[in-house]
Amino acid sequence: MNATVQEREQPLNRERRSWLSHFAALAGAAMVAPGVHLLAITSAEGAADAKKRWGMLIDATRCDPHCARCVIACHEENGLPTPTRASDVRWIRKVALREKRSGREVSLPVMCLHCANPPCRDVCPTGATFKRKDGVVLVDRHICIGCRYCVMACPYKARNFVYAPVREQRNEVPRGAGCAEGCTLCVHRIDRGRLPACVEQCPNRALIFGDLNDPSSELVQRLQSISATILRADLRLDPAVRIHGV
Amino acid sequence: MAEVQFWRLDLERYDAVFYRLLVTAAILLVGGGIAFFALEHEGHAITGMSEHVVWGFPHVMAIYLIVAASGVLNVASIASVFGKKEYKPYAPLSAWLSLALLVGGLSVLVLDLGQPGRLTVAMTHFNFRSMFAWNVFLYTGLMVLIVGYLWTMYDRRATAYSTAMGSAVFLWRLVLTSGTGLIFGFLVGRDGYGSALMAPMFLALSFAWGWAIFLLVQEGIARWAGEGQVALSGELLSRARRLLAIFVAAALYFVVVHLLTYAYFDRHEEFVHFIVAEGGIYSILFWIGFVGVGSVFPLILTLFQGGDARLRTQWAAWAVTIGAFSFLYLFIIGGQAYPLQPFAGYEVVASGFDDGQVASYSPRWPEILLALGGGGVALLIVSVGVRVWPLTPVLREKIGR
Repeated sequence: MNATVQEREQPLNRERRSWLSHFAALAGAAMVAPGVHLLAITSAEGAADAKKRWGMLIDATRCDPHCARCVIACHEENGLPTPTRASDVRWIRKVALREKRSGREVSLPVMCLHCANPPCRDVCPTGATFKRKDGVVLVDRHICIGCRYCVMACPYKARNFVYAPVREQRNEVPRGAGCAEGCTLCVHRIDRGRLPACVEQCPNRALIFGDLNDPSSELVQRLQSISATILRADLRLDPAVRIHGV
Repeated sequence: MAEVQFWRLDLERYDAVFYRLLVTAAILLVGGGIAFFALEHEGHAITGMSEHVVWGFPHVMAIYLIVAASGVLNVASIASVFGKKEYKPYAPLSAWLSLALLVGGLSVLVLDLGQPGRLTVAMTHFNFRSMFAWNVFLYTGLMVLIVGYLWTMYDRRATAYSTAMGSAVFLWRLVLTSGTGLIFGFLVGRDGYGSALMAPMFLALSFAWGWAIFLLVQEGIARWAGEGQVALSGELLSRARRLLAIFVAAALYFVVVHLLTYAYFDRHEEFVHFIVAEGGIYSILFWIGFVGVGSVFPLILTLFQGGDARLRTQWAAWAVTIGAFSFLYLFIIGGQAYPLQPFAGYEVVASGFDDGQVASYSPRWPEILLALGGGGVALLIVSVGVRVWPLTPVLREKIGR
C-alpha cells in the first residue's frame, strides 16, 4: 500500500519540483533583470571622467532680456513640452532682476547649478539623485519613487516633478511621469564632445561651458578675469554654474 | 469591588455604531481608492500641486497622522515607563490607536508618491544621508515595537518585559518624531524650514495632538459603548486635562520660539512677516487656527474650572485637532508658497517660472479624497480593533462576569 502511494507520488513530486525550479528560475530572472538594466544605466557613469568637472559661466552682462533662445533650445533638445501651467517642468528659465539699491536691471537664464554638495542628492531616500564623477547631477529614473523631497531641498528651484504623463520624448532623454528631473547639462551631448544646447544656441555668448579643472579652458580663463557670483554662497554647495553680473 | 478587565467591544450598543463606523470608513476608503487610481492614470497633474508647491494636502494629513501616532503613545508610556498605574487600562488602546494612525499616515504618503509601485525600491535602496531613508526604518521599527509592546500587555509570560518594551517604544518614538521634524529641519534652502528646533517642536506638537486624539477616541468609545466602559473621569480626567494643557502650552512655546529666532535673523525676517501678517490664508490659519482655536481656546478650557469637565475636555481636544491641521497647512503649504530667495540683494522683475511670487495652492478632489482615505484607514483599524480584540477596559462586575 505504502509502495503504491510512493509510486503514485513520485511523478507528482518530480513534476512539482520541476515546476518549482521553473518558478525559482523565473523569480530569479525577474529579480536580476532590473539589476541588469540598471547596470546599463550605471555604465553611463563610464562616460564621465573623474578628472573633469563640467561647469558653466552665465554672463548676465551679455544676456539679452528679450532673448529666450536658450530656453527654446533646452525644450527642443530634451523634448520638454511648452510650459503653460504651474505644474509644467522648466529645466531652464529666464529671470529679470533689479538690484534693490541701484535699480540696475539684469537678465539671465537659471538652471540646475550642479552643486558639488547637492542637497537634492543628500535628501533623496533611494539614491536616485546622484552626482557623476564629472560633477553632473542626474536622476536615475529607475529608482526615483517620486517623493519630491529633492524639489523641496533645491534652493534654486531647479528641480522639477513630472506631473503629467509624458506623451512624446526623445530617445536620448528618457522622461516619465511621477519622477523628478532637472537640467542634465545635456549629458548626452557633452559625453560626445558637444556643447549643451542652451550654450550652443546663445547668440551673445552669454553662456560659457567648460571644465572647471582645466586651467587652460575658456571657462576657467574667464572666471579668473571677472568676478563671478555663487548663488546662495552661504549654503556652501559649491555649484558648478557661476554667474557674472549679479 | 469592580475589577478592571480588558475586553473587546461586543456589546449590542457598540454594534449599531460599529457598522456605521465601518460604512464611514468604507466610503472614505473607496474615495481614497478612486483618487489613487485617478492619480495613477492621469498623473499628479489633476491635483492642485505645482512645481512650486509639491507637497500638498495629502502631506498635511499624512504628517498629522504620523505625528499624532507618536503622541498618542504617551498614555501607554505614562503607564509603563513612568509607572502611573492609573493609566494602565488605557495603554492597549493607546498602542493600537498609534498603530492605526501610523498605518493611515503611511498609506497616504506612499499612495501620493509619483511612483507608488516602487515601494519595494524604497525598501531596498537607501541613501543614509536622507532623513526619509532613516524614517523608513523609524516607521517600520515603531510598528514592530508596538506589536511587541501589545504582546507584553496581553501575554502573562511576557509581562516581565512590559517596562523594557514600553521604554523602547518611548525612546523610539522620540527619535521618530524628531526625525519627522528634521525632514523639514534639514531643508536648508527654504526660508520656512532649516532649523534644529524642528525636532523638539514636532515632539511637543506630537504630545499635544496625540493626547487630544486619544481623549477623543476614548470618549467616543465610552459614549457609544457605555455599559461597563471605564471612561476617564474624576481625578484621572482632571490630570489628563492638565496634561493636555501642558502639551498645548509646550507646543505653542516651541512654535513661538522658532518664529522669534527666525525673526531675529535678517534672512528669515520677511518669512516670519509673511506668516504672521501678510500671508493671507496662512496668517489667518496661524492666528485663528493655530494660536486662537488650537492653543489659547483649549488652554482656557483645560485650565479653568466650571461646567461639565468631560465636555470641556472634549471641546479642548477638538480645538487642538483643528489647530493641528491649521498649523500643518500653514507650515507645509505656506513654507513652499513663500518664494525661494536665490538672488540676494535683487528683486525679481520678471520670471518664466514665477520667481519671487507667492505660489497659489488649492487642493483639488484627488488629494482631498486621498487624504481622507488615510483617515479612513485609521478609522477602520481602530473600529475593527476595538470590536475584535480586548483593547478597551471594562468593569468586570458590570458586565456580569
